[in-house]
Parts: sequence; structure tokens; C-alpha cells
Amino acid sequence: MVTILQGDRETTLPGGSGADDQLWLPAEALQAAIGWRLRPEGLCQGDACVPIPAGRQADFLRPGQVNAAALWRHLGHPAVHDRAGEVWLLGLGAGERAARMASLQAPDFTLPDLAGRPHRLSDYRGRRVLLVSWASW
Amino acid sequence: MWQALYAEVGGRDFVVLAVAMDARPEAPRRWIEAAQPTYPCLIDRDHALADLYHMVNVPQAVWIDEGGRIVRPTETAGAYEGFRWRDRSSGKMPDDIARTTAESKRTYVAAVRDWALKGAASAHAFAAAAARAHLPPVTEEIARAHAHFRLGLYLLRGTPSAPRRQDAERLLAEAIRLHPDSWAMWRQRAEPNEQGLAANPEFWARVEALGARKYYPAVDMQGMPR
Repeated sequence: MVTILQGDRETTLPGGSGADDQLWLPAEALQAAIGWRLRPEGLCQGDACVPIPAGRQADFLRPGQVNAAALWRHLGHPAVHDRAGEVWLLGLGAGERAARMASLQAPDFTLPDLAGRPHRLSDYRGRRVLLVSWASW
Repeated sequence: MWQALYAEVGGRDFVVLAVAMDARPEAPRRWIEAAQPTYPCLIDRDHALADLYHMVNVPQAVWIDEGGRIVRPTETAGAYEGFRWRDRSSGKMPDDIARTTAESKRTYVAAVRDWALKGAASAHAFAAAAARAHLPPVTEEIARAHAHFRLGLYLLRGTPSAPRRQDAERLLAEAIRLHPDSWAMWRQRAEPNEQGLAANPEFWARVEALGARKYYPAVDMQGMPR
């Protein structure tokens, strides 16, 4: 069983295994877990497909399973896990971060106030927003 | 810090969103309940804001226009590097540095006020090319640091077992090693001593490691002390 953290999603997959720095997920669960699908042309997100790199078939695929860590790192993103390989964080690489920042679109998020009421940044669209950080530490 | 400004110019056209990056939400609760600001105060136990906007410390701020577009990327929100000159035993700031610190804050708040009232017509709101030129740096090390940090905080949730806690500490330490400029990561993890976090030997070691380099890149804003 593995838990995958990606963006603000947290998914637990009973059929996954994360030992040995590899994250094997059932191919049919890949889409729900990380938004990618195994297709004849390779691994795809929507219509955009990444072919399995030549000679690395065994790193990426075994019968009925896909190594999501191999995919993630191949895309240039960090894939980090706890010692047991039970909890994985699929992050964003520097290239994607730079591209998103260069778009100047403010990344959306949802965070609670003290009462637990969620606030989504994009709910304030139409107003100018001073987004300011602070901390008690 | 923002309440007077918000009371004056906040409302239909302008809002302050104050985000407390704090893995222990009881801590900001006390501050918020004492100050009772009228703008939204949000709790960010994962430091998601730092991850999304590449913040390295507090207070840092981003200006976002009516259409959700960034017109001033992450920068220090009126803080000045006065810590360099603070007396290490008394904590006292020399008078001239204290004046510069106050001037930085005043200049920044006045600029926010100008933008809150005028929007895109404010001289302080960057056009797209200038906004891009002021984006914070991002490297593979920084990207990896955020991944390690978030997973470390996740593993510390609830009442972690001793091995899980140890595992979390390993990940947090690696995040701090990968992203030494993020004092937010380091300060979240450090245990306060009797003088508070900003005055322990680890803090001074970080200040000394900066050498002549400024910690905060100069805020590109008319009237801001350098």
C-alpha cells in the first residue's frame, strides 16, 4: 500500500508498492492517482504522450504496472519518499516551476482560516490581492 | 501590520490575505485572536505558499491584480536586513538602522496603498516584462528542497512513531541543506531557545555565512532604502 502526495491531492493505493526507490502502481489506477495513463504510444497526460525511453522498458513497465517514480523523474520532477517507501511526494521540477512563474498567473490554492473555513485565492478574482506571509516562529 | 491600511482602503477593490506558514496552528491562533484583523488570516501548515510562490522567509508578499496576474512577484514586504546590526546580547538595533527599518516599512506600505487605490495606474505595479525580470530564482535544489520539506512535515502530523519522526527529521534536514536561503524551512524546524529563534547561534552562523551578500535582493521600489 502506498500514499501519494501530489499538488494538493493525497491518494492511497492498496495495489501500489514503493520499495527500492521505485513506485509501482497498477496501470489502471495510474490516471486516478497521478493523472497519467498508459497507452500504446507511451505514458500520456491528456493527449500529450511521452514515449518510454529506448532501452528502459524494464525501468518503467512490468506486467499490469507502471513505475510512476521513473516517469516522474524522466519528466524532470522530484519523487521523494519515506524510508519504507510507503509515502511518496511527487513534486515539481525547476523547469516547470520557472515556466509557471513566467506565465505570471498567480498559482491558486485553498487554505483554511482559524474557523476552518476554506478560502480559495481565485475566489478573490476581481479584487487586487496583497498576498502576504507571516509566521509565529 | 496591515490592519490600518486595510481599514482605510480594503473592500470591494482590494483585499489583504495574510497567510501564516506554521506547522503548529496553535501558534498563529494566539496572534490572530489578539490582533483580530478584519482581513482573512489563513493557516498554511504545509508552507504551501512558499512552495508555490518561492518565498524564503516572512514577511514576503506578492501583488496579484484583478485578473489573477502577478504584478509584483515575491519580495520582502517592507522588512530591512536590520538583523545584521542588532546587538547579539541585548538584541538592540542601532538608531540609524532602526530608522532605515522603519523607512523601509513605511515606503512599502505607502506603495501598497497607492496600488490599492490606483491599480494598474500605480507606478509600483510592474508591466509583464518587468514582473518577469523580478521573479525569484528557482533551481533543481530548491525544487527538491520543497519536495523533501513537504513530505517531512506530512510525516510529522498527528503523533508520529519514533522511527517516523526520525524519518521526517532526515527529510527536513535534507530540505534545509538543499535550500539554505530558505530561513522559513530552517526556522520552522529549529527549536526556540530562551532568546527566541532569531537570536540563537545557528541564526548568527547563517547571517555570517551571507558575508557581504544581501539576504533579500533589493526591493525595486521608488524611495526604498538600499
